[in-house]
Amino acid sequence: MATIHIDGRPFPARPGENLLQACLEAGADLPYFCWHPELGSVGACRQCAVRQYSGPDDRTGRIVMACMTPVTDGAILSIDDAEAREFRASVVEWLMTNHPHDCPVCAEGGECHLQDMTVMTGHAVRRYRFTKRTHRNQDLGPFVNHEMNRCIACYRCVRFYRDYAGGEDLAAFATHNDVYFGRHADGALENGFSGNLVEICPTGVFTDKPFSAVYSRKWDLRGAPSVCTHCAVGCNTIVNARQDTTRRVLNRYHDAVNRYFLCDRGRFGHGFIAAPSRLRAPLARIDGRPTPVPVQDALRRFQMMAQDGPVVGIGSTRASLESNFALRTLAGPARFSTGMAEPEHGLTRLVADLLRTTPARNPTLHEMESADAVLILGENVTVTAPRAGLALRQAVRQATFDIADAARIPRWMDAAVRTLGSEARSPLFIATPGPTDLDPIARATSRAAPDDIARLGFAIAHSLDPTAPEVADLPEDAARLAADIAATLRAAARPLIVAGTQYGTAALPQAAAAIATALAAHGVDAALSLVLPDCDSMGLALMDGLSLDAVRALARDGGIGTLVVMENDLSRRLDPAALDALLAAVPHLVVIDHTATPLSARADLILPSATFAECGGTLVSTEGRAQRFLQVLFPDLPLQAGWRWARDLAQAADPGKAPDWQDLDDIIAAIAAATPSLAPIGRAAPDAAYRLDGARLRSEPPRISGRTAVRANISVRDRPPPAAPDTPLAPTMEGAYGPATPGALVPYYQAPGWNSVQSLNRFQQEIGGPMRGGDAGVRLLDGDGTPRPRPAYATAIPAPFAPRAGEILLLPEPRLFGTEELSSLSPPVAARVEAAALRIADDSGTAPTIALRLDGQSVVLPVIRDPALPPGIALCPPHMALRAFTAPAWAIVQPDGGDAP
Amino acid sequence: MSTADAPLPPDLRADIAAMAAAEDHPRMAAVPALMAVQARLGWVSDAHLADVAGLLGLSPADLDGVATFFNLVFRRPVGRHVILMCDSVSCWIMGRDALCARLCDRLGIRPGQTTADGAVTLLPIVCLGHCDHAPAMLVDRTLHGDLDEAGIDRIADTLVADTSRGPPT
Amino acid sequence: MTERPLTAMIDPAAGPPDCAAYGRSGGWRAVRAALRDMTPDAVIDVVTRSTLRGRGGAGFGTGQKWSFVPKEPAATRRKYLIANADEMEPGTFKDRLLMEGNPLQLIEGMIVAGYAIQAGHGVIFLRGEYHLALERLTRAIADARATGWLGADILGSGFGFDIHVHSSGGRYICGEETALLTALEGKRAQPRSKPPFPQVGGLWGAPSVVNNVETLCNVPHIVANGAEWFRALGLGPDGGTKLYGVSGRVRRPGTWELPMGTPLREIIEQHAGGMRDGYALRALLPGGASTAFLDAGQLDVAMEYGAVEKAGSRLGTGQAILLDDRTCPIGMLQNLEHFFAQESCGWCTPCRDGLPWVERLLAAIEDGTGEAEDLDRLADHARLLGPMGRTFCAHAPGAMAPLASGLRLFRADFEAHIHQRGCPLRQAA
Repeated sequence: MATIHIDGRPFPARPGENLLQACLEAGADLPYFCWHPELGSVGACRQCAVRQYSGPDDRTGRIVMACMTPVTDGAILSIDDAEAREFRASVVEWLMTNHPHDCPVCAEGGECHLQDMTVMTGHAVRRYRFTKRTHRNQDLGPFVNHEMNRCIACYRCVRFYRDYAGGEDLAAFATHNDVYFGRHADGALENGFSGNLVEICPTGVFTDKPFSAVYSRKWDLRGAPSVCTHCAVGCNTIVNARQDTTRRVLNRYHDAVNRYFLCDRGRFGHGFIAAPSRLRAPLARIDGRPTPVPVQDALRRFQMMAQDGPVVGIGSTRASLESNFALRTLAGPARFSTGMAEPEHGLTRLVADLLRTTPARNPTLHEMESADAVLILGENVTVTAPRAGLALRQAVRQATFDIADAARIPRWMDAAVRTLGSEARSPLFIATPGPTDLDPIARATSRAAPDDIARLGFAIAHSLDPTAPEVADLPEDAARLAADIAATLRAAARPLIVAGTQYGTAALPQAAAAIATALAAHGVDAALSLVLPDCDSMGLALMDGLSLDAVRALARDGGIGTLVVMENDLSRRLDPAALDALLAAVPHLVVIDHTATPLSARADLILPSATFAECGGTLVSTEGRAQRFLQVLFPDLPLQAGWRWARDLAQAADPGKAPDWQDLDDIIAAIAAATPSLAPIGRAAPDAAYRLDGARLRSEPPRISGRTAVRANISVRDRPPPAAPDTPLAPTMEGAYGPATPGALVPYYQAPGWNSVQSLNRFQQEIGGPMRGGDAGVRLLDGDGTPRPRPAYATAIPAPFAPRAGEILLLPEPRLFGTEELSSLSPPVAARVEAAALRIADDSGTAPTIALRLDGQSVVLPVIRDPALPPGIALCPPHMALRAFTAPAWAIVQPDGGDAP
Repeated sequence: MSTADAPLPPDLRADIAAMAAAEDHPRMAAVPALMAVQARLGWVSDAHLADVAGLLGLSPADLDGVATFFNLVFRRPVGRHVILMCDSVSCWIMGRDALCARLCDRLGIRPGQTTADGAVTLLPIVCLGHCDHAPAMLVDRTLHGDLDEAGIDRIADTLVADTSRGPPT
Repeated sequence: MTERPLTAMIDPAAGPPDCAAYGRSGGWRAVRAALRDMTPDAVIDVVTRSTLRGRGGAGFGTGQKWSFVPKEPAATRRKYLIANADEMEPGTFKDRLLMEGNPLQLIEGMIVAGYAIQAGHGVIFLRGEYHLALERLTRAIADARATGWLGADILGSGFGFDIHVHSSGGRYICGEETALLTALEGKRAQPRSKPPFPQVGGLWGAPSVVNNVETLCNVPHIVANGAEWFRALGLGPDGGTKLYGVSGRVRRPGTWELPMGTPLREIIEQHAGGMRDGYALRALLPGGASTAFLDAGQLDVAMEYGAVEKAGSRLGTGQAILLDDRTCPIGMLQNLEHFFAQESCGWCTPCRDGLPWVERLLAAIEDGTGEAEDLDRLADHARLLGPMGRTFCAHAPGAMAPLASGLRLFRADFEAHIHQRGCPLRQAA
C-alpha cells in the first residue's frame, strides 16, 4: 500500500488507483459526477478538483482533477484548499445554470447525486440571472423517462450505454451547452440494460418510468435485499415498497456477481406482483367454478383429498428451495418431482455434475469479465442469462487492457485506454444456430445446428488433448476452425468456455466440459460456465426428484390421488395432450401459486402464495451460489409463502407427521440437515437473530413519513408493525444501519451526505471490491478445495446434423422479453414484447407468414428468413406461439399465404 | 415522396460505399459522406442520414451525433444558395453587423432562416480566413471579401434572381 | 532581409506551380536529400537543430515532437503524419495562403516529415470552407502521384507515402490536435486526454504526428538548406521566417513573410501601412483570438515566442487583430466570447457552461443591463478558467486570455457601460 496525505493526515491508498477513489476510500467527501467505478475516469465534469503538491517543500501546488491523477506513494493533496473548494463550488454553479430546479416534482429528489454534490460543494445562492437553455424530451419507451432539461452533461449515460453495454441507439448530439443525450428519434431504448441509466444518471434525466408514476421519496420507501427471479444468474437486487405495494427494483451490489448493473427484465419484471393475474385468496372449485373460500375451509378440503390416495408434489424451478423442500416433505422424497420434463430434467442434473467434477474454475460473473479468450458453445447467453452476456461483453476488452498496461496507462483511464486499444479485441468465438447480440464483437461466429456445434466442441477438445475422443467425419472448415479456436484458448491465460441447456442437448455442456478439461490438462487456468434457465434450476438439481415424465407414468398407473403443484405452470412444460392425459389420470389437483396460470384454471384448489417480495427464501444460481431474498411486504393471511402452505397441507393431512417449522430459519435448518449438497445454505445470509451493534437492522430510513397517516383513509389507529419472523430486518425505521451491514442484508444505500446510490462507495472495503459487511450468498459446487481428478471424457459424440426432407428441427430461441414467464406479466415488460416469429434459413416461400405443425398443434407465425441460419432448422421463441414445446423437436412447416394471427 | 424521403440515388450510394472502403475504418468517411449527400441534395434528411449510417455500418444515432457536432452539416432544409457570413472578430470590427442587418433586410429573413421562395439561406460562420479582406462571406463555394453596402446589395439581387442551384455565375 | 522561402514561389496571378515548375524553382531538393542521403533520425536531427517550433499557436519544438514517435520502419508499423490545415482561429489567414499559393511545398514537407517519423500515411485535415485550397491540393496530390513524388517506393528509396485530404465538417476545436484525431476517426471531435500522446497512440491508437501547415512548409527548406541557415533567418532566438498578418482598421491589412522576431511596430506601421485616417490603435491581440491583449504602448515587442510571452501574451499564430479607438472593446470581447462559447465542444463543465455565462454577462453590459457585480463574475471566470488544467483542453484558457487582459485594460470602459447603462460609443452615435 502507498500512503497519501490528505489535508495533513496520512491514509493508505492502493498504488495505481486514482486519487478520487483513494479519497473516497479514505472516507473523504470529494464530489464527482462523470467518474463511475465501473466506467473509469474521463475528466469531463471537472468536479473532483483538489490541490496537489509535488513534495513537502512545495507551497503552491496545482489544481488537478483527482479522478485523472494516479496515486503515488507520498502524494500530498488538499481537498480543503480554498481555491480547490471555490473551483468545485463553481463547477456545480455552472452545472446548475441550465438545470430546471424542479426537484419537488422530480422522482430523483431525495436520492439525487446532483443534490448531494450541490450541498457538498456549498453552492447555495444562484447568481446566474439569464434565461435557461431548454430541450425537448423524448419518449424512450416503457422503462425509462427522459427529462433532458435536468441534464448536467456528465456523459455517463452514453459511456455506459454505448461503451459498456454495446447499445447503439443512444448518443450525444450537438455541441457546447446544447449537447443532448437521447435517441435519433422517439422510441423505446433497444439495449437490454437501459434501466441502468436510472442509476447511472446522477440526476433526474433518466428515471424509472413505472416507479415515477407512483414515486415516493427514498426516505419513504422500505427496502429489502432480494434476488432476481427472472433468470438463473442470481443478480442481487433491492426491492422497495410503500403502502403495501412494491414500487421498484434497484441494483444491489455484489462484487462477484452483478456488481453495478441489472438487465431490464430483472429491473422491470416485478410488475407481475400487482398484475391482474395475481392470486390473492384460496379458491375452491365449487359447482365447477373457482370460488373464494376461507383458509381453514381450503385446508379441510385438502384433508379430504388426501384420503383418496397418494399425494404427489411437483416443485418448480421458479420456487424457492424452501417451498420445494416443504412440498417434498409433504409428498415424500419418492413422490416429489423437480417439475421439469426431459430433457431439461436430466440436463439440469448434468450441468450440476459437470460443474462439480470438471477440473476447471466455475467462474463468477466478475471473473468472466476478465477472461482473455472466450468460446460460447451453443447458447445465446445474451437472452438466457442477460447479465452474463454483459460480463462477456467486457471480456473482449482484455486485449485493450494489455496494451494499456504495456503503455503504463492505468486501466481506469477509460478514454485513453479505449483510444490506445481501439483496434484490439480479445478473442470471442460464438457458435450458435442463430444470431446473438455479441456477434458484432466476436472474432468468429459459426452458425450450425446444435449437434454440429457440439461436434465442433469435441473437436476442439480433441485438438487440445489427443486422448479426448476424436470426431469422425468432421468437415475440413470445421476442423480448421476447431484447431484455430483450440490454439487460441491454449494460448490464453484465462480462457472461458460457456455453454448451457437452451437447445436441450447434453452434448453441448459435455463438449464444453471436455474442452475445459483438456485445457486444464495443459495447466491452463480454464473456466467453465454453464447456463441454466431458471432462478432455482440449480437448487432443484441439488435437491433431486422425479421428472415430469416419471410423474406422468405414475399417474397412468393410477398412483396419484392428489397432485400438488408448487408455483409451476405445467402448461409451459407439457404439450396440451400430455397435460390433459396427466390431469385426467389425477383425481385432485391443488395449485399453490401467486399467479393465475392455465394450470391453476384447472385446479380443484388454489392456494395463493407469496411472491419474492412478500416472503423470504433461498435460490441457487446457475453458478451454484445459494442466495437469500428477504421480505419487504408483510401481507396478511391468506397470502403466505409457498412453504407455509405446504406445511399447513401436511398438518391438515396428518398432524402427527407434519413438520413444525415456524419461521424461515427452521426450514432452512431442516433443508441443510436433510440434504448434504445444500447443507451450507444457512450461511447464504445471517438469520433472523442477527444483530448489528446489538440491535436488529431496520429496513426503513429514520425519516420515513406517515407511518400512521399513510393509512388514514382506512383507519387512524396506529398499527403495530407487522410481525417479521422470517427476516433479520425489522419492518420499521427503528434499528441499526451502517456501512458494516452484511452484504446480504442491505435494505438501501445511504451515508451521511450521500443519499443516492453512489453512497454504495461507503459500503465497500475498497471501491469495486467486496462489501465491508461481507458478501452475500454461499457457493455450493466448489467442493473442499482438493484438486479434482480428471474425469473421463464424454464419448457420446452426436452424429452430424442431417436435415430431414419435409421436416424442420425446431429449436427454442428465448427472448429477453416475452418468453420468461413472470416478467411477461409485468406491464412495462409486456409493452416491449414483440410478436412471436419463426426464424428460418429458407422455406422456398415468400409469404410473410408460415404454418407450423408440431405434435398435433398447428400455428401460423410471421416468418423471418435468415440465409445465415443452417438449413433444416428453425428458431422459435418458446411459450409464445406454442405455450409448451419440448425442444428440440421435429416439426412441419408449410408456406402460408394468410395474414399473421 | 419528397427528395428528403426518397432513397439516396444509386450512384451516390456507390460513391459513399467507395469512400468508406478507401478508409482504414468506414466511419472515417462519416463527415465526407454527409457532405457528399449535402452537395447533391442540399441538406441531410433523417432518411438520408439513416441511409448513410447503413452504408458506414453505424447506427443512425451514432452518425447523427457526429452530424450534429459539426457546423457545416445541414440537418434541416436550406435554400438553393447558402450564404455563410463571417461573424468573427475581424469582420465584426470591420462592420459586419450592419452589413448583415442590411442583407437580412434585403432578403426579408433573419440569420438562420431561408427566404420564403427557398432561394437563399443566411447563416453565420466563424472566421473564414479572409480577414485581410474583412468583412467576408462565402456564397455557396465563392468567397467574397471587402464587402460594403453596394456589394451586399449586388449579391442579394443576384441570388434572389437566380433560380438555379449552386453558385451564381 | 529578402529571404522569404515560404512564399517565394507564390504568385497569385500565375497560380500554384505544378510538379515540374516546382522542381525548376528549387522544389523537391529536400525529398531528394532526405530519402537518398539521410536516415530518418538525421532528418529529425536537422529539424531539431533548426529550432523550428510549431506555427499553429502552441510553439512546441517540431523535431522534439517527432522524436517521440516509436522508431519502427513505415513498412512494419502503421503511422500517420497529419497536416493540421483546420485554420479556424479568428483573425488568422496564413495557411490558406500557403495551400492555395504553393500546395506542393506542403506536400514536400509532409513527405519529408513522414520519412522522418517513418509514417506511410499522410492526411491533410482541411477546413471545410476552404474550397479553393481543396481544389488545388487535390490537383497537386494527383500531379505528385502521377510524377512519382507520392506513392510506393519514392525515388527508389523503399519509402512509400501517400496523402489523403479530409475536409472537416467545421468546428474550431478540431484545430486541437487530439480533437482533430477524434474528428478524423469520424467521431464527435472531443479532445483526448494525454497520455497517450498522439506520437505514441494517435489515430486509431497508431503513432501519429500532427503538425501545422506552416510548420510543415518550413521543413523542405530546413532539410535543403540546413539548420544553420534556418536559424540565421530569425532576428532573435527563434529561427526561420514567419507569416505575420494584420487585420482591423489599418491601411493595408494582409499577410507577410518576415524574419521571426520582427517587431510588432514594423509589421503594423510598415507592412500594414499604419492605422487608417481617423482611427487610432487602442490595443491588439498579437496572435489570434485566443491571445491576450497588448496595448498600444507595447508595439516594440519582437514577434517571437519568448518576447511576446514576456509582454504578457502569446505569439499564437502571429496574426494580429487590431482594436481601434472607435470600436467598443466590450463589444469586441462579447464577439470573441460568443465565438468561444459557441465553439466549446461540450465535453467539460467549466468550458461548456462557463463560457456562455461570460458571453451573456458581456452582452448584458454592452446592452446596458450590466450590474457592478458582473465585473466580479467576469473576473471570477477569468481566474477560474484561465489556468491550464482546470478544463479538459486549452479552449477555455484561450478564451480567458483576451477576457482577463481586457478586464484590466478596459476597466474604465466596463464601468462606463455599467454606469451609463449602455455602450458610450453607441450612445454617442
